[in-house]
Order: sequence, then C-alpha cells, then structure tokens
Amino acid sequence: MAGERRWRRRPPPPPPASSSGGGAGGYSRVVHCNDAAAAAAGAARVVYRGNEVATTKYTVANFVPKSLFEQFRRAANVFFLAVACVSFSPLAPYRAVSILLPLVVVVGATMAKEAVEDWRRKQQDIEVNNRKVKVYNEANSFHETEWKRLRVGDVVKVEKDEFFPADLLLLSSSYEDGICYVETMNLDGETNLKRKQSLQITSSLTNDQSFQKFKALIKCEDPNDKLYSFIGTMYFNGVQYPLSPQQILLRDSKLRNTQYVYGIVIFTGHDTKVMQNAMDPPSKRSNVERRMDKIIYLLFTILVVIASIGSIFFGIKTKGEMSEGNYMWYLRPDKSSIFFDPRRAGLAAFCHFLTSLMLYGCLIPISLYISIEIVKVLQSTFINQDQKMYCEESDKPARARTSNLNEELGQVHTILSDKTGTLTCNSMEFVKCSIGGVAYGSGSTEAEKSYRKDKEINYFELKPLSSGFNGYERLVKGFNFYDDRLMNGQWVKEPHSETVQMFFRVLAICHTAIPVVESKSVSYEAESPDEAAFVTTARELGFEFFQRTQMSISLHEFDLKIGRKVIRTYKLLNILEFSSARKRMSVIVRTEEDELLLFCKGADGVIFEKLSKDGQVFEAETKCHINEYSEAGLRTLAVAYRKLTEEEYRIWNEEFLAAKSSVNADHDMIVDEAAEKIEKDLILLGATGVEDRLQKGVPECINKLAEAGIKIWILTGDKLETAVNIGFACHLLRKEMKNIVIKLDTPEISVLKDGDKEAIKMAINERIANQIREAQSQVSSSKGSSVSFALIIDGNSLAYALSSGLENSFLDLAVDCASVICCRISPKQKALVTRLVKRRTRKTTLAIGDGANDVGMLQEADIGVGISGVEGMQAVMSSDFAIAQFRFLERLLLVHGHWCYRRIAAMICYFFYKNLAFGFTLFWFEAHALFSAQPAYNDWYISFYNVAFTSLPVMALGVFDKDVSSAICLKFPSLHQDGIRNIFFSWPRILGWMLNGIITATIIYYFTTNAILDQAFRSDGRVAGSELLGATMYTCVVWAVNCQLALYLSYFTWIQHLLIWGSIFFWYIFLVIYGFFPPTISTTAYRVFLEACVSSPLYWLSSLFIVVAALLPYFSYLTFQTMFFPKYHHSIQRAKTGDS
Amino acid sequence: MNPSSSSTPRRSDGATRDSSNPRKNSNKPKYSRFTQQELPACKPILTPAWVITAYMLVAVVFIPIGLASLSASESVVEIVDRYDVECIPEHLRVDKVAYIRSSETKKTCTRSLSVPKHMKAPVYVYYQLDNFYQNHRRYVKSRSDKQLRYKSKEHDTSSCDPESTTSNGSPITPCGLIAWSLFNDTYKFSLAAKALDVNKKNIAWKSDKDHKFGRDVYPKNFQSGGLIGGGKLDASIPLSEQEDLIVWMRTAALPTFRKLYGKIEADLEPDDKLTVVIENNYNTYSFGGKKKLVLSTTSWIGGKNDFVGIAYLTIGGLCLFLAIGFAVLHLLCPRNLGDPSYLSWNRDAAARPTKL
Repeated sequence: MAGERRWRRRPPPPPPASSSGGGAGGYSRVVHCNDAAAAAAGAARVVYRGNEVATTKYTVANFVPKSLFEQFRRAANVFFLAVACVSFSPLAPYRAVSILLPLVVVVGATMAKEAVEDWRRKQQDIEVNNRKVKVYNEANSFHETEWKRLRVGDVVKVEKDEFFPADLLLLSSSYEDGICYVETMNLDGETNLKRKQSLQITSSLTNDQSFQKFKALIKCEDPNDKLYSFIGTMYFNGVQYPLSPQQILLRDSKLRNTQYVYGIVIFTGHDTKVMQNAMDPPSKRSNVERRMDKIIYLLFTILVVIASIGSIFFGIKTKGEMSEGNYMWYLRPDKSSIFFDPRRAGLAAFCHFLTSLMLYGCLIPISLYISIEIVKVLQSTFINQDQKMYCEESDKPARARTSNLNEELGQVHTILSDKTGTLTCNSMEFVKCSIGGVAYGSGSTEAEKSYRKDKEINYFELKPLSSGFNGYERLVKGFNFYDDRLMNGQWVKEPHSETVQMFFRVLAICHTAIPVVESKSVSYEAESPDEAAFVTTARELGFEFFQRTQMSISLHEFDLKIGRKVIRTYKLLNILEFSSARKRMSVIVRTEEDELLLFCKGADGVIFEKLSKDGQVFEAETKCHINEYSEAGLRTLAVAYRKLTEEEYRIWNEEFLAAKSSVNADHDMIVDEAAEKIEKDLILLGATGVEDRLQKGVPECINKLAEAGIKIWILTGDKLETAVNIGFACHLLRKEMKNIVIKLDTPEISVLKDGDKEAIKMAINERIANQIREAQSQVSSSKGSSVSFALIIDGNSLAYALSSGLENSFLDLAVDCASVICCRISPKQKALVTRLVKRRTRKTTLAIGDGANDVGMLQEADIGVGISGVEGMQAVMSSDFAIAQFRFLERLLLVHGHWCYRRIAAMICYFFYKNLAFGFTLFWFEAHALFSAQPAYNDWYISFYNVAFTSLPVMALGVFDKDVSSAICLKFPSLHQDGIRNIFFSWPRILGWMLNGIITATIIYYFTTNAILDQAFRSDGRVAGSELLGATMYTCVVWAVNCQLALYLSYFTWIQHLLIWGSIFFWYIFLVIYGFFPPTISTTAYRVFLEACVSSPLYWLSSLFIVVAALLPYFSYLTFQTMFFPKYHHSIQRAKTGDS
Repeated sequence: MNPSSSSTPRRSDGATRDSSNPRKNSNKPKYSRFTQQELPACKPILTPAWVITAYMLVAVVFIPIGLASLSASESVVEIVDRYDVECIPEHLRVDKVAYIRSSETKKTCTRSLSVPKHMKAPVYVYYQLDNFYQNHRRYVKSRSDKQLRYKSKEHDTSSCDPESTTSNGSPITPCGLIAWSLFNDTYKFSLAAKALDVNKKNIAWKSDKDHKFGRDVYPKNFQSGGLIGGGKLDASIPLSEQEDLIVWMRTAALPTFRKLYGKIEADLEPDDKLTVVIENNYNTYSFGGKKKLVLSTTSWIGGKNDFVGIAYLTIGGLCLFLAIGFAVLHLLCPRNLGDPSYLSWNRDAAARPTKL
C-alpha cells in the first residue's frame, strides 16, 4: 500500500515563510484559477510550491554529513569517534586502524541501512511525481503532464479510478449535479465511498470547452493537516461563494463511480493535507532501552574508574622508576618521553588515563545499538509474519509499525481499552426500539445471555459467544430486529402508527449514507455503522431509501392514506452534521406536502434537553426503555422531530448561511451555535437500541490476560449501564466480584443543581472523595481474601477524581481493583487517564483502540495498539502495533511479548557480560604490566572481538531464543508476570551478569597465566611469551563467552549451532589466516597458532579446563537455582519435559 | 468480522484494492517454519538428571586428565638455582649496583648443582628473571620489526626511542630498548671436570629466525652509545643467527619469566655434581630483580607445572562432589517436576495475580 507508506514519513520541512503568509492557521492563501497571467502577477508576491514531493531524508549531497551527524548523536558513537581521533596520537595503546575498524563497521552498517531505506523512498517519489494527469493549458485544451508540473490554480481533469494529484477544488463532474464519489483509503483507511459535491454555480462546466472563459479567485486557509475541514471562499463573476470540505478532493484519494471530474489545484506537493499529515510513527522508547542507557552510563563509569585506578598506580610506579633500588634502567626512565616521564609523573598519569580509555574502549559495547536494531527488526518481522495473528475476514496481518517496543509487550501491566470497535465488532445491529412509549423487538442480546449464563455455569465452560447462537437465521447485516407488530407492514395497525411512520422516516432520512443500487436491491455506504443499521432497518420495514441527490432524498414508502407503496421525495434543505461535541445530527427537509420538518437523532441526554413541552408525552416510558436497553448492552439513540414554519426557517437559514461562510478560526463554533438555534422544541418519537456484537474470542482473551495478571481498564463513551453489561459479556466483570460504582447523579447532587457553581463543585468534590474513601476502606478490609473488586466510574466523576488532589487516592484505588471501567469518557479524558495511570503505577501501559477518538490515548500510552477495523486507519496510523482483532492481543502480549522481552533482556545482559569478560582480562594483564596500558592481545584480536567472534551468536539469542513454546505461553499466562516484575532485566540480574563477566575474566586471566607461564610451553622446551599468553587467553575468552551463551540458550536450532560453534571456529580460522600475514602486519600473531599452539598439548588442555572453570560459577548458580529455588519459567519448562 | 453476514456488498473485498488484481495477493503471511518460529530444535532443560549427568561427565573427564597431567608434571625434573646474590663476593654485597656497574670487579662465579633424579636429554637450560617488566608498553613498543627484517629499512628506527640512533645520528641495528637490554649472563657447565656442551642452536622459534630477523641484517652501532645496556652482539653474524637475541626479543608476558638459554644434550644421572661457571654481567640489582638458573627436562605437557593437573583434579572433584550432592538431595527430597507449590510467587500469596 503506497498510501500507508506515505503516511509514515517524517514531517515535511516547514513551509517557506512566503506560503504561510498569515502564519500557521492563517487564511491568506489566494488561488488564481485558470489564470496564468494573474498567477504570474501574484507570483511576484507569493510563490506556492510545486507539486513535486520529496519524502527522502537525505539528498545525494547531504547524505554523508547528515547521516553521520545522526550517527554521532549517540553517546557511545561519539566516544568511539573521540577515541579514534586520539588513537592517531602516540597515546594509542595499539594501532589506530584497529580502533577505527569497529567504528567504521558499525557506522557503515547503519549508514548503509539508512541509504537503502532512503533509496526506496526515492524510487517511490519518482514514481509518484511522474504520474500523468490532464491539465488545461493555454491552448485551451487538456493535455497530459506529469504530476510534478502541476501549479496552484491549474484546472485538471481526473478520470475514473485515478488518484487526485493534489488537493483539488471540485468544479464539476460527469454527473449533472456535480457530485462525485471518492475513496479515501490511503488517507484514513476507510473503504466506504464518500460523496463530494461541487458548488452549483460551477457544476455546469461539464466539458473541456467550458473552461475557456472560466476565471475565478479562491481565498482559503493556509496549508494545514486537518483532513476533514476546509474553509475558503470563491469569487466568481463578482459573487462570493463559501466553500466547504464537500468540495475538496484530497490528494491520494481516488475517484470512484464517476467518469471524470474537473478541479482546480489548491494545495500542491507538501502543502497538501495528506503530506501535512505525514509524520513518523510516534517515537517511543521502551523501559528496557531506557535502563540500557543507564547501564551504558554505568559502563562508562566503570571505564573511568578502571582507567583512573590504572592511572593512579601508573603514576606511582612511574615516579618510582627512578628511585634507588628500583631503577628500571632497561626502560631508560632518564630519557623517556612525556608519556612515561618519572619526573613529571602527574602528567604521565593523565596521558595514561587517556590511553586507558582507549584500551578499555571494548567495555563499551559499540555494536550493541546496531545489534539491537537488527534484532528488533527481525523480531518485528516475526510478528508481522505470524499466521496466527492474521485475520482471514479482513485480510489483515498484524503489523509492528515500530520495532522499538517489542520487548515492552512482555511487560504490559495495564491495558486501557476502548470498547466500540475494539472489544466489539463495530458492526451495528438494530435490535430493539421504543416508539411512542411502546417497546418493540424481541431478540435478546449477548450481554443478557452471558449474564444469564454466568449465574448458572462456570464461566470457563462458556462457549465462544460469537455468532449464530440465536434461533433466527440473520439474513441482513445490521438488522436483527424481530417483532411481528412492525414487520411486513403490520405497523400500520399499531395505535401510534403515525408516530411509527415518522420514526422510521427519521431513520430513513436523517443520515449521510449513500444508496448503492444494484439490480433491484439497495445497499448503503454509510460513514458510521450505526447509520447503516438505521437505514437498513428503515428499508426492511418498508421505508426504502434509494436515491440521494444534492437537493433531495427519495424513499419508497407506504402511504397510509392510499394504502400502497409510493415514491416520496424530500427536498433536502440543510444537514446539521454529527460531531462528537454535538452528539446529534439533524436534517431539515421539505416534504411533498410543502411541510418543513426537522428530523433529529442523537444521544438521549442531549435530545431530552431539547424537547418541547408537548413533545415530552412519552419521555418517561422512553427513558425507562432506554435504561433497559442500556442494561442489555445496547447503544441507544433518541429520535425526535419538529415542524418548522416558513418564516422561522427563513430567518434561521440566513443566519446559518452567514455562519457557514464565515472564514475564521471560530468557524466550527459559530456554525454549531447557529445549528443549535433550530434544534429545539423537539417532539420525541422514541429511541433505538443497536447492538454492537463482541468480537470473536474477546471473553477468552480477556480471561487469559487477567490470568496473566494484567489489569484491564475499559474506557468508553457509552453509558454506565451499557458499559457494565459489556463488561459482563466479555468477562471483565464477574458475578463474584464486588463492584464499586462511583457516579455523580445521586439525589443530593441534583438537589444542589440550583446553588452557585462553586458550592456545587465543592459538594461534588466532597462526594467523590467520600466515595473513594469508602471504596478504599472496603478494598483494604478485604485484602488477603479472594474477593476481587471492579471499579466503575463515569466521566463526570472521573473529571473530579482526576483533578483537585484526588487523583492519587483514586488511582491507588483503581490499581487495587482487578478491573476498571470508565464510561461516558471523552477522548481527552482517555488520554489523561492513560497518562495518570502510566505515571502513578510506573508500569507499562498499553492502550488499544480503533477510532480517531483513541489517538490521544494510543500516543500517550507506552504502547499503542491500533485495531485496523472498520473505523478507519487513524488509530492504526498513530499506533505502534496494529492488529485486526482484539483477540490477537493475547498472542501479541503473551507470546511475542514474552519472547521479545526475554530475548532483548538476555541479549543486553549478555552483551555487558561479554564485554566485561573481555575488558577485565585486559585490566588484569595491564595491572601486571606496571599499568603501562599494554594490551594483552594483538591489536586485531581486540577489534574483531565485538565485530566477528561474539556478534552473531548474541543476535541468535535476540532473534530466535525461546524459553517455552507459544502453546505453553498461552497455556500458562502467568509467565507474563516475569515481564511485569521485570525479573529478566532487574538490577540484581544485570549486575549479576556483570559480576559473572568479571569473575569469568578473573578466572581466565589467573588460570591462564598460572597454567602456561614460566615453565616450558611445549615438550621442545620453548616457553610462552606474551604472544602465546594473548592467544591462549583470547581462545579461552572466545570459548567461554560463546559457551556461556550456549548454556543460557534454551532453544537450539541449526542456526544457533551454526552461529555459536561457527564463531568459535572462525576464531581459529582467523588466527591461521592472520598468522600468514607478513610479520610487520600480524606482529605478535605471526604463525602463532600453527607454529606454537597446535602442537602444544598444554594449549589445548589449558583452554579446556579454563573454559569449564570460567563457566562453572554460572552453571552451578543456575543449577542451584533451578533445583532448589526455581523460577516460574524453570518449573514450566521442566513440567513440559516431564510430560513429554 | 462476522462470517454469517455477507449479504451487503460492503466493499470489503476486490473493490478496495486496485481493481486490476482483485483478491490475488492476499496479505496472509506465507507459512514457513522459519517465519513461524517453528524450526526443529532441541531444548536443553536443567532437569536434575541432566544436571547430575553434566557434573558427572565433567568429573569423569577431568579427573583422569588431571592425574595424567600431574604425573607428566611430576616426571619432569627441574633444578632451580638463584645466583644473583650468591655470585657477589660477600664484602661487595652492600652495594650490589656498584659491583655490577664497575668494570673492575670480577664477574665470574662458580656454582655447583646436584642432580636430584635422572634427567633425560635434552636438558633445557633457562635463565629466569624476576621483577623485570618486559611487558611494559614503553619497552614492548621499542623495536623496529622492519629494521630487524630488511636490510634496506636500516633507518626505520622511529619507534625505537630512546635507543634509536647513536649520538651522531647513525641508526643502531638492532634498535630499541629490548635489544639494548639484551641479557648477557653466560653459563658454562661441566660435569666431573668434563665440560658439558650447551647447544645454543635452535632455541628460537623457527618463524622468528626465518621471517622476523633478516639473514642479511647485521648488528651495527650496537651498544656503542654512552650507556651500555645489556649484551653485545657479534657484528659479523646476521640477526637471524643471533638466537639469544631472537629469544630475548620475544617479550615475556609477566615480570617473572624464563627464557631458553640452550640445551644440554646429555643425560644427567642422579647425584651428579654439575659445576656452572657464570659470567654475572646482567644488572638486575638496580631494580631488585632476581636471577635464577633453571635446568629442566620436559614431558609431553611441557615443563614442570602442577597447576594444570591440580586444577583439573579440583574442578573434577568439585563436579563430582556437586553431582553426588545433587543426587543425594534429589533422592532425599524428590520434587515433583513443575510442582507449582514450589513457585516463588505461590509462597508469596499477595503477589499472585487475581484468582479467577
């Protein structure tokens, strides 16, 4: 998907000052349409960018400096660069080139990776920039040109199934009324068609010739990233026309179901909304990585400490070189350079300090970052490739959008979940309705069933509650309504038949869906699944919506008077659109009888406030039904209408139009205010109950996650009752749990309603505080018993609980509860709750959601998981991981999370181990060489250590190691506790590994020197010099660290074998090959292996016992632990072998 | 999401993708054992049996090796004689440095060694220095490999400071501190008044002779400066034949080291009295170093060193002990594998995740 790629990019460079004019959020853009001359004149003042896009990070010219700069922002790399620079001075303990090599390899590898990635981007840019589009030119005809040549103000013609080359203003289309359909898959992932409509005045420009005289001027907002808003005005023939998002065709969306459209280019290239939106996936760092930084600092400290100790001793020793009885004449202290001058021992010590930093540079694992990066990318590939996280129905595999957080998945402590579309399918089914105070609909909901079942049987034996469990065979998606009183035209016989008629009319008319007529049947493209369910229901009950034009909506409906089906057309006057702030939508129509009607549907609370005195006839019954529906886990909406007088409408319409054409930042607010003025004195018709089915496998998944000890919070905008019922349905709430409910609408508070605001606030605050305190005492009194608690809180109370000093006690309470449900919560509160939980618990939080309203939460949480479901891709775009269904979370966390966490933690620990094991042998040797910073090994041994002999096995650990199989991970979810408690990356463990490294180094050094030194090394009487000590010791180190890894690994495939034994073998190969280099290059390593080592039994015997001795401390610790103090994973591993 | 509902033509299939290739390229990840992380593998797990076997195995392998090495080491006969103090006439021992520096004093000294056991030829003769830092960085670096190897690189002495050139600027061959401080004590052996030949051929590594020291490079300006360090070299013999120098220039790893002096290619019988005439020239008195003369035979394991054998025996014994210990403990209190009641957090009830 090219579109997705384009989203993932870095933010575009800030627009040049000239194009932003009035600054961000200004309204200064002027577009001269089809008017090259005026544009040229305008160009003198303002130049808009061309349509060419460049999404590459680097250019050929700046690649080297820029990528180098990126590289050297890492502390470790800077250190190595500094060391490399100093290494050209005489301070260097060994040759500069061997210091430089690891740095060059590491930096080179990273740069190569960058270059390849950027090259791919470049290719895609070239492809996109050279796509063809038809542009109107001076010759008064349309000709093809490349996208990159487009200019602001050009008129372009886009044909069916082509992408729009830039943000266009729709002028006209192949349809008479200037409508067209677009698919915005690449922008927001939504697959439904969206209807766009040109201004009426331009819709007549329907052929190529009509543009000869067409000139217009558009003033509009400056480039911004809001995909769903556009504010502008068109000046055409001296008249001003307001523009809206309805007329804007966005780049990267596609023309569908329309032969062609004409449009004016408004935003080009990086000014387009999609490019303005482009950004990197949020950059988050995992806990492990943050701790890793600390360890690196710790290693730096160790480095400095060792170097300082060495320098101090060196200073003292150097000073003593000249003293009586200790005059080391063979060093010529009287003629030494400043680095060794006994007369200036202080200075020499300082120089030695610098030298030591270089010598012990191998303590800092230079290849750690790149190794971890590679490992994580491979881990992500495994996540992406996991067939068990692939959703057949939507054809979507899991996607790790960032590889930074793999190991964080294994440490999740709290999950904050959205409800709609996340736990549920977000495919709505119309189940029940209440019309005129009478409840209709006999189906029962999942929540009701689950609740009933819960009482009878143990929840463990519950069958999957997915689909097809009710007796009816559901034939129509979105419709699950059975009531003989209404179906098959029987509604006519109901007492309130007029109300029923009006009710379904509202459902059939008050929406923004588009009918798709195929042969005889009609289906609908709707922006929200609720609407689709409503329109479908209306159709099934005989109010078939089949045509929508810009000005009208047509239905097939039953006429009460004539007694048969007729076509009725409603003139559509205004649509007052739905927004989450308004929580309602209305349309104003003129019927064939010339009646003016306003149809409104919306959240019950909002609608009930706006009822007229005589519109409240059924309010009590309806409220009662709404409560019932909510308890049954249904989403409810209230439906109402009102009649308007001509006069009233005319006055309001003028006001509304004025509001709509206002061009300023408060535009939306002004429009909302205007809309509110007509949405009043409504007459209540009834309410709907729509069921959102739980996704497949959700209760089982939640069970597993709860077993794993993960706390699950549901943050939903639903009503308390609905939320509680969904909670029961998905087993988040269980019968035996004690529910603590904190809510506001208790009687005392309604009494207070008339008091002044401050007093109310205080009183509410006091109440919430009391509730929290009570709950806390309840929880603490039952501590130790098996009672678990569930906390349910609504949005209003939450607002108080999270402010005014209550948040800590609230969060403590919440953390003590097994499950928490927050209902009636706004997107902003979702993010706020997430942040507070993260901050208070200091544990890893994971947010999962599917909609635009979850974006804040996903970005705030340590890990954001987006569900790539029906509600578009916005959540996915801002997430770190994308999965198709909630149930995959179980596998993502318990299997991949567990593995990745263990792998990364072990890998980092091992990295430090191997570097310390190596570094300390150097230290011990130096300590026995008068701290003169003489390396124990040949230069190239040292530089190859991290790069060649120990780099690949540790990657095998990071990529492939598995302590237990995926089946066991899922069978014993409590394994996840290891991650939550961070036992694999706790400080004791890290320090333990470091200590192990030091012990290994000490054993290797002392055993080697004692074993092979002084006496004859071989039977021919020759003795071992420093070159043989170096080779033997290095052999032991390579063996020991690789065998240590082999001991640690719990999963051996041929890859591990190849890499581990291959690395060791490679050391010998290296030694042989290097030994054949001329002595001036190989120096002490010249023929050392073939000539001296191979034929010496002492060499082989020593390496054997030294390696075993070096491994013995760890191994005996490990065996003691597993035999007598096993950790959970040990037992499970053992249990498994016991079985098999 | 809901398999049973398929009547609405919601564009969930072909239409969403490019109409040119409908449904052809499913996004389903391809199956391979690699990507699904299901490669055949062995999963070693520390079961008691496995642990005990591992320890036993180590013990079984190590103890015999230890015994063999120890006996090899025991079979080596070694005579060590420290002579640095003894070789100074008693009245001069007050100021040893002055004694060694003085050109007047007589440096020859005679030592007598008795052979404890039969020593089979060849008997290797070593000198052992103590507190001599041949591994000091300044010392190690002070040589020129190129100069030693190639005649044409005679002037390549930059790394040899402060012993690179004579006071008049002509290069010293071989240059550097290592060569300059060449050990120059000599030993002459005689057994029952009969001189014992010390074979000084073939004491250096072959690769050194062939490839590190040039056949056409002759000592030049050596030890001709103001301060004489150690031994002098015969300027008529090429460096590749100067085996004492070659041995000396393979720097030792630690401040106490032995270097091969030569070989006595005759068996020495028990209670043989060896007379050694030592030219005690080398100054270790300035820095308090010791000098020892070592005669040693070798076995397959090399010289006399019990460390390897003892280490093998210790490790083997330790492993045996651990194996037995574990076995006994395992028999005394056998534990059900994977018994959850042993789990750390089951003992710690509060930490247990919510009981479901």
